[in-house]
Amino acid sequence: MRSVRAFWRWLTSMRTALVLLLVLAIAAVPGSIFPQRAVSREAVEKYIDEHPDLAPLLDRLWAFDVYASPWFSAVYLLLFISLVGCLVPRLRQHLANLVKPPPDAPARLERLPHSTTREVGQGPTEAAQTIRLALRRSQWRTALRSHADGTVTVAAEKGYLKETGNLLFHFALLSLLVGLAWGAWYGWHGNRLVVAGEEFCNTLQQYDEYSLGARTSGDRLPPFCVTLHDFQAEFLDTGQPARYVADVSYVEDLGEAPRSWTLQVNHPLRLSGANVYLIGHGYAPVLRYTDQYGQVFTTTVPFLPVDGMLTSEGVAKFPYANVPPGQTSTDPPAQLGLTGVYQPTANPEPGVPASIFPAERDPVLTLTAWQGDLGLGSGAPQSVYALDQRQIALGRLTQVGTETLRPGESWTLPDGSTVEFLGTRPWITVSVRHDPGQGLMLFGAGAVLVGLMVSLSGKRRRVWARIRPADDGGSLITLGGLARTEYPGFADEFARVVAQVGGASPPEREPAGVSNAGVRERGASARPGVDEAKD
Amino acid sequence: MAELSDTLLLVAAVIYVAAMLGYLVEFAFGTRGAVARVAMRPARELVAVGAPAGGGAFGVDIVSPVQPDRPERGGEATPGPGRTGVAGAIGVALTAVGLAVHVAVLVTRGMAAGRVPWGNMYEFVVTLTAVFALGWLVLLATRPSLRPLGVFVTGAQALLLGFAGLVLTTPAAPLMPALQSVWLKIHVSAAAAASGLLLLAFVPAALYLIRTGYDARSGPAADESAGDEAPAPTAVRFPYSLGRALPAADSLERLAFRLHAFAFPIWTLAIICGAIWAESAWGRYWGWDPKETWSFISWVAYAAYLHARATPSVKRTTATWFAVAAWLTMLINLYVINFVAVGLHSYAGLD
Ligand code: HEM
Repeated sequence: MRSVRAFWRWLTSMRTALVLLLVLAIAAVPGSIFPQRAVSREAVEKYIDEHPDLAPLLDRLWAFDVYASPWFSAVYLLLFISLVGCLVPRLRQHLANLVKPPPDAPARLERLPHSTTREVGQGPTEAAQTIRLALRRSQWRTALRSHADGTVTVAAEKGYLKETGNLLFHFALLSLLVGLAWGAWYGWHGNRLVVAGEEFCNTLQQYDEYSLGARTSGDRLPPFCVTLHDFQAEFLDTGQPARYVADVSYVEDLGEAPRSWTLQVNHPLRLSGANVYLIGHGYAPVLRYTDQYGQVFTTTVPFLPVDGMLTSEGVAKFPYANVPPGQTSTDPPAQLGLTGVYQPTANPEPGVPASIFPAERDPVLTLTAWQGDLGLGSGAPQSVYALDQRQIALGRLTQVGTETLRPGESWTLPDGSTVEFLGTRPWITVSVRHDPGQGLMLFGAGAVLVGLMVSLSGKRRRVWARIRPADDGGSLITLGGLARTEYPGFADEFARVVAQVGGASPPEREPAGVSNAGVRERGASARPGVDEAKD
Repeated sequence: MAELSDTLLLVAAVIYVAAMLGYLVEFAFGTRGAVARVAMRPARELVAVGAPAGGGAFGVDIVSPVQPDRPERGGEATPGPGRTGVAGAIGVALTAVGLAVHVAVLVTRGMAAGRVPWGNMYEFVVTLTAVFALGWLVLLATRPSLRPLGVFVTGAQALLLGFAGLVLTTPAAPLMPALQSVWLKIHVSAAAAASGLLLLAFVPAALYLIRTGYDARSGPAADESAGDEAPAPTAVRFPYSLGRALPAADSLERLAFRLHAFAFPIWTLAIICGAIWAESAWGRYWGWDPKETWSFISWVAYAAYLHARATPSVKRTTATWFAVAAWLTMLINLYVINFVAVGLHSYAGLD
């Protein structure tokens, strides 16, 4: 029990919070050194291939999933537990302070960093009221106390907003954590490639890749459909992209008339329940294959860009080709696979298959034909972007030729079948996302910023006046001031308070003209302590 | 226009070097003048130096409110006259001229590219250094006694600009589609402003550590009473030997804190705008891209500094080391991540 309390005290101390902040910063570093699955799965696979010795160990230490790792989570969860444990009592204290009057004057006001003495004609009670009123007018919170010995004290405080800002800041940090968790639980996203002319609807089957939050089920996604009509990319002469524009139309409810939208980077399509973002683009060559029996197959194959000039690679597969009419298969199969490199602007250097410009100024498609068994029947999953290398290694798929085609050109293979390159269609990749935590994140981030500014610019300060009856029926006032935080302007403010109090400095006690505003800066130690006997 | 911009950059760098020489004369030989006086004054008073004359502005700490002080008068607010003073004033004038040319670099660059001049790493560095120089001149207007520190400011300035002009420079061009957003303007300008101000804040923070190191090494007498010459400077090695000519430790520390406190919310704003922009460009507000990760690391590091400074049991020197480490993370983000890491941000070499 004791140790639990000791641990709690340790966890909720500001020193521990500091250590945890430091650990959090350091814990975030590995995620920028090792590739992360959350950022790029392919990069992680590549890294694992290249470092077969080290990678399994790293993987076990969550080096490729740093921000989802138990140790990273432990750091920030401890930090937030510490935050709650530390800030809740502080919040309670602050609320109490807001209703409690400011504390009474300390014994020796002249020992405070700012202090002065004034003489006024009014009696103590009246003088105290005047001071209080003046302070209130400048938004000080005040408390007036009469003491048994006839002295009256006025206590005033200002700058409560600083602590309000501090609390707002820290609790807003907490709201960010909630927003993050909310999004992770109830959010989902999917990615897919859409060729111009194609439509896709929002069901999991239609995504190339998707992920669902822990509390989301795939069968309750909002039922919208999006059609890509056209895509245009503009480039500068250097090849740098200047503009991407995708013309799409969408329906949110079945039976609704389609509405159109220009989808651009930074201009997502925001639907109820999900947003559609333009992520990437490329070319999809359209190929027509006429097999030896006269059967015609037309296919549009998205090629994936391999460089900034959009040199693209891809594969076309014709598993049903070269089957005699009336039969379902042949043995051995004579299926056709085409691997290709597409250059939107052909490299003038012969034999260098690297485009020199990303737009289609001189499009060229270099195809290599493979015939045999594509291996699709084996049941093993296959990439749509590559041929099965095992089939090639086993000699079941053999190369039958290579040809370079421009749009409209055709190529006759040794068996008499022909491949025609009809042209290309653009494709885009879209990311479809729903993150219900986003609103809270935005709100929380705003609160963090406001809280921070209020807290860092706020200045907590206190001023006291002790008013004693003087022999002549007037009062002797001692004023003291204290800035509780960094506040170089406090001297001026204190001087203004003193000016509002008015009166004159008692000549026999105060060496005149120490300061232009009559403020006596510290240095009070030389004063005889006559009138302090009572404190 | 683009070539003019590149030429102006070199001109600005050269002017900053000249300014640095002016400050250097004052810093190195001005010990009988302003610097020495500032250096020997007890810590607490220095805050007063930049305040309106006669106000005697004391930033008072609750920890020890009764430490005696001597009154501060307005006359001392400016570094003294004399030959070294003239050198320092020339340094300031040259800094102002350098900044004017520097701004012209940005304006011509923006005209050449037909957009705001902060679309890639080169432009980002040129912008942040402009904020740095501007911040320095504003600071100097309110606290003239800091003038000799200009040698560090213009030194860093010339270094950063020279590196930008020689290594980072890229041809002026319009923006990539992902960067064509209002949020870019806010995000990157806030990031550049915060970086420039955090760099400015780094100067007194680092000098504070040098000064306290100097004080510790040259004996406790050095920072006690005025009039004492600092004893045995030969015993103190570089970089702490620089401390002899620096303002008192406390005043440097306060200045460092106030600059950080000013810059940190701007950095926070930059990150928030970056997240908003990332959401509209890529669909997610935060993706732990290396650039984002290091912005987060820097943010946490600066938060740790502010936190440390608000923690009573943490020494001011310890807290300040956090600030120095935090600046290191900014440098890593700017100069290492942009070159090494491949993330969504780096295709533009931006930020
Ligand atoms: C979640 C991570 C945290 C961050 C990023 C953070 C950040 C900050 C920052 C930047 C400040 C200085 C600015 C200001 O005065 O408002 C601050 C002050 C403060 N923090 Fe935190 N903090 C965190 C967690 C905590 C925790 C866990 C505690 C308690 C153990 C705590 C207690 C405080 C207190 C009491 C202050 C105000 C000190 C004062 O001015 O009197 N914070 N924090």
